[in-house]
Amino acid sequence: MSRQSSMRCALVASVGLLALHSVSAAPVAGAPSELKVAVVAFLSGPASGPFGIPSRNAADVWIEKINREGGIGGVKVVPVFTDEAGPADKVVTEFRRLALDEKVSAVIGYISSANCLAVPPVADELKVLTIESDCGTDRVFEEAKHPYVFRTHAHTVIDGVGAARYVLSLHPEVKTIAGINQDYAWGRDSWEVFQRSMRKLKPDVQVVDAMWPKLFAGEYSAEISKLLVEKPTVVFTSFWGGDLVTFAGQAKARGLFDESVVVVNNTGSDIKDIAPGVLIGSRGPHGIVSPEMEKNPLRKEFITLYRQKYGLAKNDYIAHGAYHFVQALQGLRAAYEKAIKTAGRWPTTEQVAAALEGLEFDTPSGHIVMAIGGGHQAIEPAGYAILKFDPALGVNVFSDIRMFPARCVNPPDGMKSLEWIDRGFPGAQC
Amino acid sequence: MRLLLVVALDGLTYASWLFLVSAGLTFTYGVLRVLNLAHGNLYALGAYLGATLVLRYAATGSVPALAYGLLFLAAVVIGLVFGPLIERGFLRRVYSRDEEVQLLLTFSISLILEDVVKLVWGVNPIFADMPYSYLGRVRLGGVNYAWYPFLLTAIALAIGVLLWLVVTRTRLGKVLASVITDREVSLTLGINVPRVYTWAFTAGAVLAALGGALTAPMFSLAPGVGAEVLVTSFAVIAIGGLGSIGGAALGALIVGLARSAAVYFFPELDLFAIYLIMALVLLFRPQGFFGEIEVRRI
Repeated sequence: MSRQSSMRCALVASVGLLALHSVSAAPVAGAPSELKVAVVAFLSGPASGPFGIPSRNAADVWIEKINREGGIGGVKVVPVFTDEAGPADKVVTEFRRLALDEKVSAVIGYISSANCLAVPPVADELKVLTIESDCGTDRVFEEAKHPYVFRTHAHTVIDGVGAARYVLSLHPEVKTIAGINQDYAWGRDSWEVFQRSMRKLKPDVQVVDAMWPKLFAGEYSAEISKLLVEKPTVVFTSFWGGDLVTFAGQAKARGLFDESVVVVNNTGSDIKDIAPGVLIGSRGPHGIVSPEMEKNPLRKEFITLYRQKYGLAKNDYIAHGAYHFVQALQGLRAAYEKAIKTAGRWPTTEQVAAALEGLEFDTPSGHIVMAIGGGHQAIEPAGYAILKFDPALGVNVFSDIRMFPARCVNPPDGMKSLEWIDRGFPGAQC
Repeated sequence: MRLLLVVALDGLTYASWLFLVSAGLTFTYGVLRVLNLAHGNLYALGAYLGATLVLRYAATGSVPALAYGLLFLAAVVIGLVFGPLIERGFLRRVYSRDEEVQLLLTFSISLILEDVVKLVWGVNPIFADMPYSYLGRVRLGGVNYAWYPFLLTAIALAIGVLLWLVVTRTRLGKVLASVITDREVSLTLGINVPRVYTWAFTAGAVLAALGGALTAPMFSLAPGVGAEVLVTSFAVIAIGGLGSIGGAALGALIVGLARSAAVYFFPELDLFAIYLIMALVLLFRPQGFFGEIEVRRI
C-alpha cells in the first residue's frame, strides 16, 4: 500500500470514527446536561500515597476516556473528587453533602472498610447509587441488604483464601503459622480468613501467634524478635503501604525471611520498595496477572493512559486501588447503558441499580461478574506470586505467578464467607 | 531468662527511639511553655530530607559510612530553617495570648507543613534503608538484631546527657532557668529573652528533625508520618511530665518496656499498652513523674 493510499484510509477511518462518536454522543431523551459522579478516596494521610492518589488519578484518566468516547448515554461525566480522610462519621456527613448539596447522580469510592460499612445505610436512605471501590470487608452484603449499594471488586476473602492456597502449593509441609496484622477491621478480617483457610486446608497446622500492632506503628523490633524466637513455618501479614515496606525491610535485615516464609495478602504502589523474598498477592488480577490477562486491551489502554498523564515509571506497578476504581466506572457505565436500552430514555436511579444487579462487564482487570451478595458483589480471581529482585531490570518482579479462579476463592451466592471456609469450601471450582 | 533478655533489649531500643522523637517536644514546652503541634511535621521534614540525602548519596556509590553524617546534616538544616521561621514569624506574636490560640496556631502550621511535604516529596512512600542495613546484625539471646537500633540507643543516651549538662552545668542553662522561671525579671536582668526563645525553639526543631532523620532508615516515609509520631510523643511526655528531659527519658523507658512486654505476653494489648500506662500515671499523678504543679496567676 502506497503512503498516499495509507493516508486516505486513515482519513476515512478517522472520519468514520468521528461520525460513530457523534452518533453515540447524542444524549438520550430525558438526559441531564451532565452526569455528576462523586469520587471518594484518601487524598491526604498515610493511605493517600499507596491507595488514594493512584485511585483518584485512575478515575481521572478513565473519566476523561469515557468523555472522549461520548460520555455515558451521550452525557458528559463530571467527577467531584472528595477526600475520604477522617473518621467514619465525617465520611458519612460528606456523603450527605455530596448527595444533597452537590446532587451527584452516583458515588464511587471508599477504601476503608469502616467507611464501606458506615455509608450503605445512608446511601439507601438518600437513594443514591453507590459503588464501593476498594475496601476489603466481606461484611457489607453478608450482614445486610443494600438496594442502592454495589461493590465491583472482590472482597478480602479472595486474599486470605488465595494466600492459603498459594502457601500450601509451594510449602505443603507447613506446620505452624503466625500472624502480624494491624489492629483494625482490615487486619482482623484478613487474619481470620487466612488462618481459618489454612486450618481447613491442612488440619494439622498450628497457630502459634497473632500479634496486633497499631496502624502506622512503624517500629516492629519486638514483634520481629518474637517471630524469630517462635520460628513459625509461615508468617502472614496484611500490612500495607509504609507499614508493609517498613516491616519487610526490618524483617529482611534481621533474617526473618531465612527462618520463615512471609506471605502478604496485598500490594499497593510500593512493590519497588518491598524487600524481595515475600509471597505476595495483588487483591485480584491487577499487579500480578497471567500472560493471557496481560493481553487484555483495556488493561493496556489503562496503563498507557495512566502512564501518559501521571508519569508512571517504566517498571513500576499501578496500585490495585486504581484498578478497582476503574472497575467501578466500567460497572457504572455498563449499568447506565443497559438501563438506557431497557427504559428507552434516561433511566431513574432505581433502573440503573436494577441494571447493575448481577451484571457482567469488561474492565482492565478482566471480565467482572456481579455474582454474589444478591448480584451486588463482584467476584475476582486471586493473583499470588513471589517477589524477586531482577538485577537486569534493577527492580522487583513477580515470579511463580499463580492465578486462582474467581469461583475457587469466593463463596457461592447466599453463603457467608467464614461459613463457606469452615464447611470446607463447598462448590469451589479450582 | 533468655526471653526476658530479648524483651528488655526490644524495650530498650524502642525506648531510645521514643526518647529521640519526643525530646524536642518536651524541650520546647519546657522553655517556651508552648505545646508545638507542628513537632511531628518538623520530624517528618527531617526524615524526608534525611532520606532524600541518603538516597542521592547512595546512588553515587560512595562510602556508606558517610551517609550517617547526612542524617545529622538534614536535621540541622531543617531546624535552622524552620525553627527561627516559625518562632519569629508566628509564635512570637501569640506568647501573651491564651493557650488555645497558641495551639490553633501551631496546628495551622502543622497543616501547612503537611502539605509542604506532599508538594516537595509527593505522596509515594520513600524508603532509604541503607544506613539501617549497612551496619549488619548481631546475635543476642539467640535472636538476630540489627545494629542500627543500638546506634540509636547510643545517640539517644548522648543527646540526653548533653541536654542535661547544658541545662544544669552551663551559663546557658542558668539563662534558660531564669527565662523559664520569670520572663519579666529575666528581661530586667539584661537577658535577651526573645533571642533565647528563638534559640530554644530552634534547638527543639533540630531535635525534632533529628528524631525524624535518624528514624528515616528504619521506616518507610509516607504522608501523615508526623501525626503518628506527635501522638506517641504526647503519651511519652505526659507520663514523664511536660517540659522535663528526664521525664521524657523515663516516660520513654516505661512505654518501651511495657509495649515490648505486651507484645510477648499480651499481644492483644499491644495497641492499648501505651495509653493504659498514660491513663494510670495521669490518674495518680496528673502532672506526670517529673512535671511540676503550676500555680495559676490570677
